[in-house]
Amino acid sequence: MSIAVNNISKSYKKLKAVDSITFKVNDGELFGLIGPDGAGKTTIFRILTTLLVANEGSAEVAGYDVVKQLKEIRNSVGYMPGKFSLYQDLTVEENLHFFATIFGTTIEENYDLIKDIYIQIEPFKDRRAGALSGGMKQKLALCCALIHAPKVLFLDEPTTGVDPVSRKEFWIMLKRLQQKGITILVSTPYMDEASLCDRIALIQKGKILKIDTPQNIINNYEKVIYDVQAKNTHGLIHDLKNYPNQYSVYAFGEFVHYIDKNATFNPNDLQTYLKNKNHTDIIIKPATITIEDVFMDL
Amino acid sequence: MTIMKRFIGFVKKEFYHIFRDKRSLFILFGMPIAQILLFGFAITNEINNVDIAILDQSNDIETQKIIYKIKASPYFNVANQIEKESDIESEFKKGKIKAVLIFEPNFSKNLETKKVAVVQAITDATEPNVANTIANYTSAIIQNYQSQKKQSNSNQVKVEVQSRMFYNPELKSVFNFVPGVMTVILMLVSAMMTSISITREKELGTMEILLVSPLKPFQVIIGKVFPYIFLSIINAIVILTLGYFVFKMPINGSIFLLAFESILFIISALSLGILISTVSNSQQTAMMLSLMGLMLPVIILSGFIFPINSMPLPMQVISNIIPAKWFIIIVKAIMLKGVGIQYIWKETLILIGMTVFFITLSIKKYKIRLE
Repeated sequence: MSIAVNNISKSYKKLKAVDSITFKVNDGELFGLIGPDGAGKTTIFRILTTLLVANEGSAEVAGYDVVKQLKEIRNSVGYMPGKFSLYQDLTVEENLHFFATIFGTTIEENYDLIKDIYIQIEPFKDRRAGALSGGMKQKLALCCALIHAPKVLFLDEPTTGVDPVSRKEFWIMLKRLQQKGITILVSTPYMDEASLCDRIALIQKGKILKIDTPQNIINNYEKVIYDVQAKNTHGLIHDLKNYPNQYSVYAFGEFVHYIDKNATFNPNDLQTYLKNKNHTDIIIKPATITIEDVFMDL
Repeated sequence: MTIMKRFIGFVKKEFYHIFRDKRSLFILFGMPIAQILLFGFAITNEINNVDIAILDQSNDIETQKIIYKIKASPYFNVANQIEKESDIESEFKKGKIKAVLIFEPNFSKNLETKKVAVVQAITDATEPNVANTIANYTSAIIQNYQSQKKQSNSNQVKVEVQSRMFYNPELKSVFNFVPGVMTVILMLVSAMMTSISITREKELGTMEILLVSPLKPFQVIIGKVFPYIFLSIINAIVILTLGYFVFKMPINGSIFLLAFESILFIISALSLGILISTVSNSQQTAMMLSLMGLMLPVIILSGFIFPINSMPLPMQVISNIIPAKWFIIIVKAIMLKGVGIQYIWKETLILIGMTVFFITLSIKKYKIRLE
């Protein structure tokens, strides 16, 4: 077991940031903490990387206790905080060199591990880190977190503020790292990234709502969701919310997702209702369920 | 071996920070030189070529002799001879003349018969320091005349202004400000710069990464302060060299003792800087704490600018807890009196005690986690 969290709670003054959370991450697993801002993801990362001490509960990382075996953990994990935390006035190469040195290794020694990533930023190795683009910064930060070949890698919202193309590349890199045997705990507010993890924990207000593989989470969702479309989207949401049998209505891309209270729901009834409300170009069809839908219902 | 490599790597990184930041470079090297030259040349009590006017109501041989002596001195330039007392005020109002010397009527005759003659020196007191200095210089010149006169006969000349100083006042202020400026600069560089550079890591989030690394807290701290020890020593050398060559400030005592005491003071200032960084989370807080909590007391209470003896008693008591006070006493004693450790061991012990206290406190306060 690479990470074992047992009933961890953490409060800041009156605010309960993490509320008796329990989960386990297996060796070599890519595990995602999915939740909106303020859900407590960063607090969990900081507890696991020994930066904070929990008020209650216990946790182990790579077999070491996060409170008692602080030194061992600090030697064997890689951590990439949510905020870009490299030295902006140092060049790409100097940053990498510095982190290699303080971890008692060299760039050459673990070059294999970072090669795929480093190659992409190598053309800019003499540029100051502060002058890099968002995607480049993340790649450099990942290189720095990997340079000592950690057993467990903690990535706190690594793709926040990064363009969609770089985000995609970033996840491909994570998959490759996973294949090299590194256990990865990653957090993200983007639901579409959830499906790229082996298993995910959905978090809100400091509590874990569900832990499973993304596919199971979707498969276990019992309700039927319909994509509804009409010319006047704003009016459509309003009218759907006034439909007596509605369970949940929310905008989802170009469609509005509609869930009915009854399992015996007949789309034709809704069609008639909307027609009476003077809607035109009405489309109602079953939707493909995503993690976001599940999250909205929790 | 790894430890040494880590340390060197860390120090190298610190130097990159320092040399790539124009602001900190200026504080480190521009400031000491600017301050010492400023204090040395601009803020000085010496007067040179001050324009004065003379109202000679006797116009006899003795007054001529004195006027000649004044004209010959480098301090005064007799710009004007005025005829009547009512002109004095208008001369002052023009602003060019800083002082007027008035010889009473029948000067020579009075010297002969009454054994007393009066020279009045009226100075423009809008600049009190200059006025004071002019008065002193004038009486010095006249006393010199008087003592020459004494050799021929026993006549006395009385002057309204009392002479208080007989040696070059400029030299005296140099002796005071070289140790003072050195203290202020070492405090500034050591305490403020280290506290800012440690809090910068907190502010930028890099401290989080350093904490989650095999580096031990004291390794981080030593790595951060070492460059500043080095730079502070260079600063001390620059200040002492400028003081010695430009302002002729003597170093009468042992240079090794001076170096030892300086390093001791630097370390105590550094530990104060670390202490400040443990209680502040932003560079701004660290800077304000250093300026208000350290610089101000150093400037005001250390005896650098205001003599401690003339402070009210509570202030005198407070001044004892300021390391800078003891350091200034030590530096003056070594440089001017040329004394050895046997005369300043008490002050040295106080400084060592304070340093140990600050280091212990800052290590205790240093957080190995984020809170």
